[in-house]
Amino acid sequence: MSIFVLVEHRQGEIRDITFEMLSKCKEISKTTAVLLGNDVEQFVDPLKGYADTIMVVKDEKLEYFNSRTYQMVLSHLINENKPLLTLIGHTSYGIDLAPGLARQMYGGKVDAKATLKKSDSYLITIRPASFESTEPESKDSEVINIESPLKEELIGKRFIKYVEPEISDVDITASDILVSIGRGIKEDKNIPVIEELATVLGATISCSRPIVDKGWLDKGRQVGTSGKTVKPKLYLALGISGAFQHAAGMKDSELVIAINKDANAPIFNVSDFGIVDDLFKVVPELTQKINEMKGT
Amino acid sequence: MDIIVCVKHVPDVAGAEILIDESGKKIKKGDLPFEINEWDEYAIEEAILIKERLGTGSVTAITIGDEETEATLRRCLAKGADKAIRVHDDAFEDSDAYAIAKILYNAIKDLPFDLVFTGLQTNDEGYGQVGGILSEFLEIPHASLVKKIEITDKLIEVNRELEGGLEEVLELQLPALLTIQTGINEPRYVSIMGIRKAKKKELQVISLNELELTPEEVGISGSWLQIEELSIPKPTKQVVILDDATKIAEVLRARGLI
Repeated sequence: MSIFVLVEHRQGEIRDITFEMLSKCKEISKTTAVLLGNDVEQFVDPLKGYADTIMVVKDEKLEYFNSRTYQMVLSHLINENKPLLTLIGHTSYGIDLAPGLARQMYGGKVDAKATLKKSDSYLITIRPASFESTEPESKDSEVINIESPLKEELIGKRFIKYVEPEISDVDITASDILVSIGRGIKEDKNIPVIEELATVLGATISCSRPIVDKGWLDKGRQVGTSGKTVKPKLYLALGISGAFQHAAGMKDSELVIAINKDANAPIFNVSDFGIVDDLFKVVPELTQKINEMKGT
Repeated sequence: MDIIVCVKHVPDVAGAEILIDESGKKIKKGDLPFEINEWDEYAIEEAILIKERLGTGSVTAITIGDEETEATLRRCLAKGADKAIRVHDDAFEDSDAYAIAKILYNAIKDLPFDLVFTGLQTNDEGYGQVGGILSEFLEIPHASLVKKIEITDKLIEVNRELEGGLEEVLELQLPALLTIQTGINEPRYVSIMGIRKAKKKELQVISLNELELTPEEVGISGSWLQIEELSIPKPTKQVVILDDATKIAEVLRARGLI
């Protein structure tokens, strides 16, 4: 039995999800890291030791990730080699490539265990940060080069360019204290109440995805997989439900305190302290209390 | 430009305690309010915006579900969709994403369309697979996590959201399927006028035997994936619940943060 793990890379770097999947697989089975791309030689060395075999397909047509070309090459490799299982990251690439078997259900309030019908080969997508990546004990891996099965240029879907994120006026990753707001803030006119708390704490304001979607704060302040990963000394989560995409961006904070009306909000699963109450009641009280303490 | 938008009527779990039923495989939906899936709200809005921008074409909303799901279709019609289709059969129960995509494919394959939209994922089961599988059935290119769409005749340019704020721009040939990410637009509110107009719009109901599908091709027998067990996620940290703001302030002072 062998497991295929698709190596995910972008702009000259192997993405963390690759090492997370390979580290998990090594515990279970013989593993093949499947590396597709153009200038892929640079990635072979860092992968050594993480897999028994590194299978390399080099082709100009694989220069940029494209679900169509990737799908064609991967299905060819799977048909030829019949791995029982193929793992792909549940990332922006994996979601496009492998309408997968992600287990995120009901906004992070439910986990599901599922079975799959009998088949020759299975495909699973793995959510980022589900497994820890570990250093390999040795650097031994067999490298196999496979000729690309892509013959002509595929039409229908073409990569044009990357668009880099806009430079933000604040760097939330540099802040020791983040006061972070989510959907529970309800309206943008409520933000000043939060700003008062941030001021007394000497904190920077960050937020979860819905706040950026609504245009209340700029993208540079968003914490989570599609935003920034932060590790402040204090992360104060106000009205944030804590879906896995958000938790992935803040779970390594030194101290997490959550205030949320919903006692079942998943944010409490990654918090050290919590208050189950209306944030509009708690926040002004907290601001006042801190002011009093500072006065003494 | 004719656009088909696949939507889902889902339970709103925000603020609710989720209970798992006796089978262990489903949540108790009884007391939960239902509404349009969040991502689908952006998808229907984007379709209507494109139609308004071009001044021509049609928007059709389609869902799978019982009569109650018509509330979501009516909402789409009130916002500006031209037509709605509800596909329902008891045999659809427990269909996975593959079977759902198959049902949708059979319902739309003979309709005229240039674009098919789905939400990126649903906020109930959240697999995020139906769009991708449906594009395979339709044999058309697709892009997921779409944050921006520009249309030029037979081609479209879309921005996909990658990690860390990065986006990529892709060119796709039409017809194409796009799965829409939140934040692509600002979904409009439903107006009284819209609701009034929606009552006069066509809402077609289709059942299994009108779809050229057998009961074996849908539901559990037509699916690859079957839920064995649901559980409530275990916390990674043991949270200490405090009484009030004073207690938080004390924790902060003890840690030297004030």
